[in-house]
Amino acid sequence: MFLSPVYYRHAEFRIGARDMLLTLPGFAAWGLMTGVAMVKSGMSGFEAVMMTVLVFAGSAQLAAIPLIVAGAPLWVIVAASACVNLRFVVFSAHLRGYLMYLPRLERMVTGFLTTDLTYVLFVRRFPEPAVEPDKRIAEQAYLAGNSFVNWFNWCTSSLLGIALANVIPSAWGLGFAGVLALLAISCSMATSRLRVVSALVAGGVAVLVYSLPLKLNVLLAIASAVAVCLALEKPAPLPPSSRASANGGDA
Amino acid sequence: MNTTDGWTLLVIVGMACTTVLTRCFFFILDRPWTLPAWARRGLDFAPIAALAAVIVPEIVMTQGHFIHTWQDARLFAAAAGAGWYFWRKGVLGTIVTGMLVYLPLHLGLGW
Repeated sequence: MFLSPVYYRHAEFRIGARDMLLTLPGFAAWGLMTGVAMVKSGMSGFEAVMMTVLVFAGSAQLAAIPLIVAGAPLWVIVAASACVNLRFVVFSAHLRGYLMYLPRLERMVTGFLTTDLTYVLFVRRFPEPAVEPDKRIAEQAYLAGNSFVNWFNWCTSSLLGIALANVIPSAWGLGFAGVLALLAISCSMATSRLRVVSALVAGGVAVLVYSLPLKLNVLLAIASAVAVCLALEKPAPLPPSSRASANGGDA
Repeated sequence: MNTTDGWTLLVIVGMACTTVLTRCFFFILDRPWTLPAWARRGLDFAPIAALAAVIVPEIVMTQGHFIHTWQDARLFAAAAGAGWYFWRKGVLGTIVTGMLVYLPLHLGLGW
């Protein structure tokens, strides 16, 4: 946990913090607009603060706000935020290899603090889980520095948005800075042809089935993209008839 | 001032539990466990798919509908941001370039 001096005195703590600081303006603008959106939806200041600190998931919060306003049932709101958060389930399968040696409570605090960006930056710096104790400490120090900056930035910018909700017009569209931050991270992950295919398929499907309830479009988009990529990775042998016609096309 | 009510607080607690459960899903239990091989390969494609699924609608849709005009500040801002990324690498430059294109078009021209 980032409260431990072993981590915050480690050189990797500063590297993790610096990597996150570079994205700070985009997420600060996003946090600000999330704070504004929560208060404008009719939540009280106390509720908005609690949501910022406890939920700590911008896209799930933004997805839940219209549902809260509409008075949707509790399970629908929780199911919707679970769907928006499903990508974290995928990340957790990957992070398991890095965290399992820690006690459960520490794993869960670390997991709670690991958002999209922290995950992406972390696995970029440490592509393989370490086995040696000192390298494991370096990993945790990086994670601690990175998520500390992220959490602190998210809370302060959201609290600022909550405080200034009636001064900042949402028409300015400052929240778009958050989309740009996510765009930059997507670009940094587009390192293979199939990953580009994955992004294109997911983006297309998410738009096509946007009208599905509960943000299920995101889930369907991920599933379709992964299915298409797995199919392309190992092309199934073509049946003889279609192979013949493909050859005919070449001639 | 909006008032605090118990139901909204319950929703917030429910959502907080969702955050913890999804972020920790595969490392809450100590029991040894491995992913099937196809799922492990799928992991390579899932994160970028999740990001694209969230951001593409934010760029090309307005209130649930595909935009019908090219005069939309978001299209140019996203193109400029992505252009910067592939030219120079760097998250901060992408955000700054994108917003430098976005704000004048959006606030100045109303796109």
